[in-house]
Amino acid sequence: MAVIPLRKMAKGQKGTIHRVTASGEIGRRIRDMGLVPGTPFQVQGRAPLKDPVAIRLRNFTLALRNNESDFIEAEVEEV
Amino acid sequence: MAHRQENLIALAGNPNCGKTTLFNAITGERRHVGNYPGITVEKKEGYCRVNGGQIQLVDLPGTYSLTAYSPEELVARNYLIQDRPDAVINIVDSSNLDRNLYLTVQLLELGIPVLIALNMIDMAAARGLEINAEELGRRLRLPVIPTVARTGRGKKELIEAAAQLVQKSPVWEPLSISYGPDIDPVLDKMEALIGSAGFLTDSLPARWTALKYLEADGEVIRKGKEKDPVLSGKLEELAEQVSQHLQKTLDSYPEAIIADHRYGFISALLKEGVVKQSHKADRLYLSDQLDRVLTNRFFGPVLMMLIIYAVYKFTFTYSKVPVGWLEAGFSELGRFADSSLPPGPFKSLIISGVIDGVGGVLGFVPLILFMFFAIAILEDTGYLARVAYMLDRVFRTFGLHGSSVMAYIISGGIAGGCAVPGVLAARTLRSPRERLATLITAPFMNCGAKLPVFAMLIAAFFSAKEAQVMFLLTVLSWVAALLIAKLIRSTILRGPSTPFLLELPPYRLPTFKGLLIHTWERAWQYIRKAGTIILAISILFWALMSFPGLPETEKKIYDEQRASILAGGEAPQPTSPLKPPDRRPGQASSAANPGGGPDSQARLQEVDNEEAQAALKNSIAGRIGSGLTLITSVNGFDWRTNVALLSGIAAKEIIISTMGTAYSLGRSRRGEQIPLSGRLAADSSWTPLKALSLIIFIMLYAPCFATITCIIRESSWKWGLFSMVFNTLTAFIVSALVYRGGLWLGLG
Repeated sequence: MAVIPLRKMAKGQKGTIHRVTASGEIGRRIRDMGLVPGTPFQVQGRAPLKDPVAIRLRNFTLALRNNESDFIEAEVEEV
Repeated sequence: MAHRQENLIALAGNPNCGKTTLFNAITGERRHVGNYPGITVEKKEGYCRVNGGQIQLVDLPGTYSLTAYSPEELVARNYLIQDRPDAVINIVDSSNLDRNLYLTVQLLELGIPVLIALNMIDMAAARGLEINAEELGRRLRLPVIPTVARTGRGKKELIEAAAQLVQKSPVWEPLSISYGPDIDPVLDKMEALIGSAGFLTDSLPARWTALKYLEADGEVIRKGKEKDPVLSGKLEELAEQVSQHLQKTLDSYPEAIIADHRYGFISALLKEGVVKQSHKADRLYLSDQLDRVLTNRFFGPVLMMLIIYAVYKFTFTYSKVPVGWLEAGFSELGRFADSSLPPGPFKSLIISGVIDGVGGVLGFVPLILFMFFAIAILEDTGYLARVAYMLDRVFRTFGLHGSSVMAYIISGGIAGGCAVPGVLAARTLRSPRERLATLITAPFMNCGAKLPVFAMLIAAFFSAKEAQVMFLLTVLSWVAALLIAKLIRSTILRGPSTPFLLELPPYRLPTFKGLLIHTWERAWQYIRKAGTIILAISILFWALMSFPGLPETEKKIYDEQRASILAGGEAPQPTSPLKPPDRRPGQASSAANPGGGPDSQARLQEVDNEEAQAALKNSIAGRIGSGLTLITSVNGFDWRTNVALLSGIAAKEIIISTMGTAYSLGRSRRGEQIPLSGRLAADSSWTPLKALSLIIFIMLYAPCFATITCIIRESSWKWGLFSMVFNTLTAFIVSALVYRGGLWLGLG
């Protein structure tokens, strides 16, 4: 297992939320959407201009900007 | 509060959970849409009958949580706390239970009696999810009713269960869950402190207030400080200690630990016998397959352009017919008033003030209906979220949001739109700063009313390159709107962009009824609110352009001129020699003696036109226009242009008719631009550079009053006035730069 930022993950790659390093409004919004440690997710794809990124978790799809995904660290299988 | 005539039930739920559809299904025809005081969040109220009694229902805004960050969340929370409904129907999306129950947990922590509508249970079943509603209800100790809002399934059971629940008049029993060894001890301590002091406990459970202090909730802390600054300070200190301790030991924050435990509570709740997944969870659903094409790197943008173009075409092509009916109806009404009312200021008020004003408002209605219908389709299918997803990167560069594109396109991003529905389309934007920047800049687009004015000026000065100039103007309006949005967002609306966490809901087929309700509610709000304001403004403009009128001595000169033309060997005029200045075109010829020669008729018309010009110049608006030449000479505008621009604030297409009057061409109606165009082309004081400076000014200056009214409705008075002043200032500066720069380059 390795911990990498969500921004570095490839399309289709699966992972588990390791940590959300934001506080305040942005942290709250991220957590409200269910991105809490231990949540499994998969990178669904990226918008045509590579940003935002769409991830699938808890049976729904969430789009977030790279700026926001920088606050999210994921545990992934080592390649 | 406790003695309400009827029971009050609030509907709460996440966005995209089918809440509005369920609300519409339950309340039937009896609905009312308004706004929560002071903000633009929609408030929907309705009624339903059950077992002979009546229940009032309030549809709270869709929220993921009950924090105090977005206006929607704050409104929902304050409504629950202050209005204390008898119960909350919490609508949850069955295929997405754990995230939807996050809001449920917060409702339960507040203590309000809740019942759950397990909505879209059919979709969950199609995805292989089996949910044991009874078991979930048993574990949470509340009624859980499976529903399908689209078909109305479970609606009756839900409302009966709700009626049963409120009949027992249940007390508020806050749910208390464990937040782990780091939070629990201090939470208990704070709860005890709050409880013994009776701190805010008249409306809030002690544990809830304590939690909010730990979550550093600005709103609750502010209220606490007002109530008891000493205790509030103590609670803040306790929260701060925990926060520092957590950061040192776990590198985490109290609010993060709290969210973790809420989700932990939910997953424990759903384990063992509540949710069963029968087929594999990660199989590709139809929706995901659609997304593979619709948000594809190549096909996504291409299809998006096509779809946006289709919305635009649909809105403006199909609304033409009813718009035409309305226009014909109002000009018929105008003619009727013209022929049946005695001449004088009252007639002029009725025709130019009231009929034109009301016609102006209602003329937009078909456009708005069609636009909202198209947007409702995009919104309800879930495609609008994809548009925002795909375009966010571009628009973010300018401090806007992916969803801003709709407002821009409809306002005239494809030349010929209308800023009124455009501004209203900005409603889909949830982030306040981005929405305001969109509201202010969308009117820069070239709407359908500016086009005839541009066409007239282009025909006069750039006739060789009409298409190219028109295209250039479209590009120019986009560049201006985006750059000025960037300017606004880095000055008065400075601040980081609102976090972009957008749910991409599964594609759904909207119901026709839902679309119609959606469309009508929004259009009706426009008619009701905008109608009164625009009518008042229209009357004001009429007065500005009609008073004080010509002094008697001058009127006499024109009357004498007319008399001498008539006396010039021609048959006498049967009509009154005092012709009202508000006479419409076409009227002159019918009023003139059919026996009079064409020459004398033309001369009579000339005198009328000169009188109208003199009256306009003498009016309040004319005097303002003359006064403004002190400033506008920088842009090359004389009093005629100024008064036309002034009248254009009432509606841009009026610029042509006012200019016509100012150039003594008589009052020409829409479309009659040829004489004015020729007149300007022949005028030596006009140059192509001056025309360009005017075109740019018209593109950028104050939005028309219909639009300003909508901006006010969507934000506040302050921003409506700001858009007027700021946009005019922008127009002035840019147009002056173009004009002076051009002169300097020797293009004049």
